[in-house]
Amino acid sequence: MTIKWTLNGARRTDEVEPDETLLHCLRKVGCLSVKCGCETSGCGLCTVWLDGKPVLSCSVPAPRADGREVTTLEGLQAEAAELGAFLADEGAEQCGFCAPGFMMNVLAMARELKTPTEEEIQHYLAGNLCRCSGYQGQLRAIRKYLAKKGGEQA
Amino acid sequence: MKTVSTGVRKKDAMSLVTGKPVYTGDLVPPNALRIKLLRSPHARANIISIDASRAKMVPGVAAVFTWEDMPQSRFTTAGQTWPEPSPYDRLILDRHLRCAGDPVAIVAAETEEIAQRAMRLIKVEYEVLEPLLDFTKALDNPILVHPEDNFRSLCEVGTDAKRNLVSTDSFEVGDVEEELARCEVVLERTYNTVANNQTMMEPFCTYTYLDEYGRLNVVSSTQVPFHVRRILSNALEIPKSQIRVVKPRIGGGFGAKQSAVSEMFPAIVTKLTGRPAYLCYTRQESMANGSPRHQMQMKVRIGADRDGSIRCIDLYALSNAGAYGDHGPTTIGLVGHKSLALYGSLRASRFVCDVVYTNTMGAGAYRGYGATQGIFAVESAVNEMAARLGMDPCVIREKNMVRQGQVMPAYYGEPCNSCTLDKCMERAKEMMGWDKGPTHWTLPNGHLRGRGVAMAMQGSGISGVDIGSVEIRLNDGGFYTMLVGCTDMGTGCDTILAQMAADCLDCSVDDISVRGVDTDQSPYDTGSYASATTYVTGGAVVKACAELRDKIRIEGARLLGVDPQAAQFDGEKVFLPGTDKVMTRSEIGWASYAGGSRQLSATQSNSSPISPPPFMVGMAEVDIDPETGLVRVVDYVGVVDCGTVINTNLARVQTEGGIVQGIGMALLENIQYNDKGRMLNDSLLQYRIPTRLEAGKIRVEFVPSYEPTGPFGAKSIGELVINTPSPAIAEAIRAATGHMFRTLPIRPEDVALAGLEE
Ligand code: FES
Ligand code: FES
Repeated sequence: MTIKWTLNGARRTDEVEPDETLLHCLRKVGCLSVKCGCETSGCGLCTVWLDGKPVLSCSVPAPRADGREVTTLEGLQAEAAELGAFLADEGAEQCGFCAPGFMMNVLAMARELKTPTEEEIQHYLAGNLCRCSGYQGQLRAIRKYLAKKGGEQA
Repeated sequence: MKTVSTGVRKKDAMSLVTGKPVYTGDLVPPNALRIKLLRSPHARANIISIDASRAKMVPGVAAVFTWEDMPQSRFTTAGQTWPEPSPYDRLILDRHLRCAGDPVAIVAAETEEIAQRAMRLIKVEYEVLEPLLDFTKALDNPILVHPEDNFRSLCEVGTDAKRNLVSTDSFEVGDVEEELARCEVVLERTYNTVANNQTMMEPFCTYTYLDEYGRLNVVSSTQVPFHVRRILSNALEIPKSQIRVVKPRIGGGFGAKQSAVSEMFPAIVTKLTGRPAYLCYTRQESMANGSPRHQMQMKVRIGADRDGSIRCIDLYALSNAGAYGDHGPTTIGLVGHKSLALYGSLRASRFVCDVVYTNTMGAGAYRGYGATQGIFAVESAVNEMAARLGMDPCVIREKNMVRQGQVMPAYYGEPCNSCTLDKCMERAKEMMGWDKGPTHWTLPNGHLRGRGVAMAMQGSGISGVDIGSVEIRLNDGGFYTMLVGCTDMGTGCDTILAQMAADCLDCSVDDISVRGVDTDQSPYDTGSYASATTYVTGGAVVKACAELRDKIRIEGARLLGVDPQAAQFDGEKVFLPGTDKVMTRSEIGWASYAGGSRQLSATQSNSSPISPPPFMVGMAEVDIDPETGLVRVVDYVGVVDCGTVINTNLARVQTEGGIVQGIGMALLENIQYNDKGRMLNDSLLQYRIPTRLEAGKIRVEFVPSYEPTGPFGAKSIGELVINTPSPAIAEAIRAATGHMFRTLPIRPEDVALAGLEE
């Protein structure tokens, strides 16, 4: 079936299977930042935005993107570099395989919650697994990133 | 500017955090065949017949292969130096199936969906046999896991397949029975650890193709590219010269990818069809047919005097290899060598072990590699001894721990050249406020709090076996290219080695381009495992840079027409002191690219006759809800002696990550089977690893010693850091509840039940 959708700001038309996942479709059209870690909503690696809200693309049927707007890290390169620099300065990315899904969710959180508490941060990101880092460095990086953002807005 | 012991960014950091396509699955050629494996539903069975005729007729199916199409000589998938201690007990596809999920057929098709559809059309008739699932009953069981005649063992490790015995070993220092008889207090305890899954976020995946020379190219998420080349040569029965293995970025390994789990399937498809082929394991396959930690049962007899002097430890370990012996004979050795050596006070120690086959998933290498299990047993026994003697568990350790300058009889008789374990203990106590408060108390809400401690050690590479090699070149304009054969799997070794090279060559990290690994181009390295890279390959960096420095000085002097002995190289320029004769590194680089000069490069290998242990103290504070039995680690302190810390950020994050994996092992992770031998919890929803909610607060510090044989005084860190949580958490729970849990993971239901029984 055919979907008409907006991917990273560009309108496009694609052929998808009725039972295809958005994750599969996104990788097929070249959004390789979107990673597959489980396909059972258990890891957060496949996080993208659907109409600006984070979703697990492995559990969204591709046809549901019809008429909607999908954003992946490919479409947020400047923001990714800005937030990512804080991770890089903490050494908080190790293998980096979890990074794209994690970044999508942190960027969504930063839009949604203005000054999240540590507990809010941990709960917001609870679905984003990372097997390498032990999460502490990610938290340090997020705090610094949010502090900088807050400073810019003040 | 010195870069060693600073927190420079990883060279690949920005491409990782911005989601660039740098992993195996991102690089697959579009025309690659997609592979699906039909897997056995039975833990033990023989294939009577397979009918793949309907599957082959599905449009878009390129090939279906079964055991009859496969080479028939056995090999091991364990990535180890040849001759491998792991038995040659595998075929790519075997008629005899030894664990649930063993591959039965390989389907290669134009798309994954077609392969999936075709797979369902394959008809297999099985002779289903009773499986052997209980590893404590495996030795001399009438059910034989490997009855075949072409089973081979390359090393003398005591293998006897007709007894289900993968290997057996023992050592004794002093006279254990005599010492135990002399001790005033002797405890005898049994500890159990289960199989754990590494659960690296990137599953096993590989693609293969034939290049313009007709050679098999293998791009794979592997820790051991050079071993994979040999393993595939064995498995496919083709010469090693016909194989090239390339490792792109790796999405985590933790030992899982020290076995060639996925490589052989696309490789054989490409060999037989001539087409590029790609296989990526699903999470379910990675869980149920990966290479997990060996399940173990350990019996400890520990003897001490009433004053707390630990005199003797006798340790027996039984290890479950599962269906295949990958890493079985070697993992078990660390159970004894890297636990008993923590105690310098021992007058006698003994370690005896058996590794057995069963019809469960074949085990492999997982961070810590046996030391993790052994340290859980020995450190728990020491904690129990302290409790019995009414001693503080830190005090008993301070009285008995190994110290710098001692010889470690249980650790291959190696000298303890560098060790700040005592200072790590001191610092951990300060950070936790250990001496300022009780080890257990009750909160107003009725929750119990407890604190526990454990020590750990590991090695730095495999002594006399591991080799690291580095080639470094000066290029036009003065930048360097460094080729390494070790595999950065997220650990940051590309950057760490560049930091060392930058300091050796007095330049910036940005002046050094690092490239690894391509078996056609990289110098030989055993691979990244056994906590080897910083210590072993780092040593090769130091040597290669020293040689290149000399060459640059001599060539600069030649170009300047001055005496090379009198000339100096300061990293930027070669000059003759007291004169205006100067030639920059950039100019020398340019000159080396033109006739009349020569390319300046140096290649060096390094190996070490010893494997200096890094040390660590871990302390846990747990919160227990007595109603539900839920245990939360609310505070974890880790203090590490890894020798000189090369990259302060990366060492810290590795430690934090290792501790959280260790917390998972202590409280959550447990590969379980049903009574037919099928894995029950083969998804991330069922096999739970710590999320950021379970990780709690983790505080890490370093108390570096200086290892005289290590590059810049460094030892290792990668594996060490997973070892303390299990015993420290078990002790914290004991302190809080009065009940010692000797079986991992410590589950809420066990804790709640034990509370009811009290
Ligand atoms: S792949 Fe979607 S949550 Fe794991
Ligand atoms: S950095 Fe490897 S999984 Fe997060």
